[in-house]
Amino acid sequence: MSMDPSARNRLAILAVRTVNWGSRVTRRGSGTVAGGRIGLQLSPKLLSALARGRTTIVVSGTNGKTTTTAMVAAGWGGDVTTNATGANMPAGHVAALVESSYANAALEVDEAWLPEVVREVGPAVVVLLNLSRDQLDRANEVRQMAERWRRCLSTESGFRGTVVANANDPLVVYAAMGATNVRWCDIPTRWMADAKSCPRCTLAVHYQVSTWSCTCGFAKPTTLSTTLHDGLTVDGVDVPLELSIPGAFNEANAALAITALDEVGVSPLDAVQRINAVRAVAGRFTLRQWNGHTLHLLLAKNPSGFDALLSTVEDDDADVWVAINARIADGRDPSWLYDVPFEKLRGHRVWCLGDRRLDLATRLDYGGVAFEVVNDVDRIPASPEPVALLANYTAFSEWLARSTPC
Amino acid sequence: MAREVNTVLTIATLLPDLLGTYGDGGNGLVLAQRARQRGVHALLVPVELGQEIPEASIYLLGGGEDGPQRLACDLLSKSSFKQRVDNGATVVAVCAGLQILGHSFSVEGNDRYQGLGLVDVETTRGTSRSVGELCARVGDRTLVGFENHGGHTTLGPGISPFGQVLRGRGNDGAVDGYRTGRIWATYAHGPVLALNPWLADLVLESVLGYELEPMQSVADQLYAERCAALSPR
Ligand SMILES: [Zn+2]
Repeated sequence: MSMDPSARNRLAILAVRTVNWGSRVTRRGSGTVAGGRIGLQLSPKLLSALARGRTTIVVSGTNGKTTTTAMVAAGWGGDVTTNATGANMPAGHVAALVESSYANAALEVDEAWLPEVVREVGPAVVVLLNLSRDQLDRANEVRQMAERWRRCLSTESGFRGTVVANANDPLVVYAAMGATNVRWCDIPTRWMADAKSCPRCTLAVHYQVSTWSCTCGFAKPTTLSTTLHDGLTVDGVDVPLELSIPGAFNEANAALAITALDEVGVSPLDAVQRINAVRAVAGRFTLRQWNGHTLHLLLAKNPSGFDALLSTVEDDDADVWVAINARIADGRDPSWLYDVPFEKLRGHRVWCLGDRRLDLATRLDYGGVAFEVVNDVDRIPASPEPVALLANYTAFSEWLARSTPC
Repeated sequence: MAREVNTVLTIATLLPDLLGTYGDGGNGLVLAQRARQRGVHALLVPVELGQEIPEASIYLLGGGEDGPQRLACDLLSKSSFKQRVDNGATVVAVCAGLQILGHSFSVEGNDRYQGLGLVDVETTRGTSRSVGELCARVGDRTLVGFENHGGHTTLGPGISPFGQVLRGRGNDGAVDGYRTGRIWATYAHGPVLALNPWLADLVLESVLGYELEPMQSVADQLYAERCAALSPR
């Protein structure tokens, strides 16, 4: 017996609501992924049905997804459906879209799921932040990812939206170039280690001060819709960007969010006011307290994320805490520690925390950085100043749960 | 102990922009630092795309994705690398580097690709990708590491494997890597020398020609921890 599709979707939505409600009442979960998963089992086209009629902006990339999505949601103004809990695969999107039926949706999407989500949701805008190595034991190869993105955004695949893309990341440019409508954003991008060889022909990419190119002709796009140098300019309009959260990489994220919103009719001058006011995103960028310590809790999941954060650590002799796990959500192989320029921490003392603290300590030792291996966290002496705590994914979650807001 | 005080030990990391996917740069750092801590003047030289290959005592080859692996192989075959190896340089190769040194390897849809032919081995596409912890017995030592590759490597008649696989796949599920003359090769990628300080010292000793003084560091604790975590009881 076959059920007509709309009845199937109604049943699936009811199931998602029931499971979400149940897991909230029993406090077993945040009421997001489990319900979405069951909904997709009952109706495989549920995501597509839930997205129909909405204006959706999706955000993907290796670093900055959660923050940029939060900026899109905040900058839009009014009610926006979003997967703010970071559940960034289709089950999480289904749960978010069932929970609220607003006409505008901002969705963070895991890099590997982008092709499927673009196909199902048909977003108005796809924001591509950057692409670098992260959890290679799961995702394998970053160039393959760029190729898959390129296929799903190409004109032939039927994608009709606009791509808002970082023009300084050759892998992102390669992925976006097949799309019909692209807004190229010239934003500062520090991490080039994964695109030294051309995504198109594998020869060396040559980097100059403000541009890059390959002998095969593949080069940084010249038609730039957004630039972020001394200030932010979107389509010729100067936009007063004054974020409340720190980090040059967050200004770049904001530039992409504002460009995406401009594409769906939100004026950059309105969007920036709302984005400037964002103070915290999922526990990030805020001071936390734990056991007499004041912690500046910072999430970094991979070499490029760490590279960006290490340059924000104050240039004095303050202690730094670094917590490294290698669980499934982190990627089980911490080899990437050797791709992080930890030498920047010379002069600091680094307290090594987390399941893989010995891997970290060994890396620091070879890098000439003073370290302490912490086998018992209760024994760290209190310091008068706030301490920067850099943690990868599951370590960050642990410290977020363990600490309280200041 | 005889030691040439003025010797400069040059360690060259070859094409890190193509072959450096899994923290492979760590191996050069570990060799250089462990040599320096024994009073050897060590020079660590990354040889990037477009640069000439300098004379060095040790050349390091890392892992890489299919396209970059092919390009690295092309560039190395046109360079002075083979000649420098024939002249007595030591090579430590992991993952893609291990495959490149052989007669042939397969990438992207089973296309056979000609390797450098420095070692009588060949690599075909395995039936599945191998991603996980790798543990092997090397003489009376244990090698610990992590592998992530899709290769199945067959050794020629005169070629000895580097280790016997205790966990993971290595070349074929039974043995890992190869050891021939001055070439060391393993599928344990990335900072395999950071995880196995004994191996780093073995490589250095073979190049310097004398026994190094023992050295203790946090790397020994890491090695003990990984051995306890990975070795079958
Ligand atoms: Zn090119």
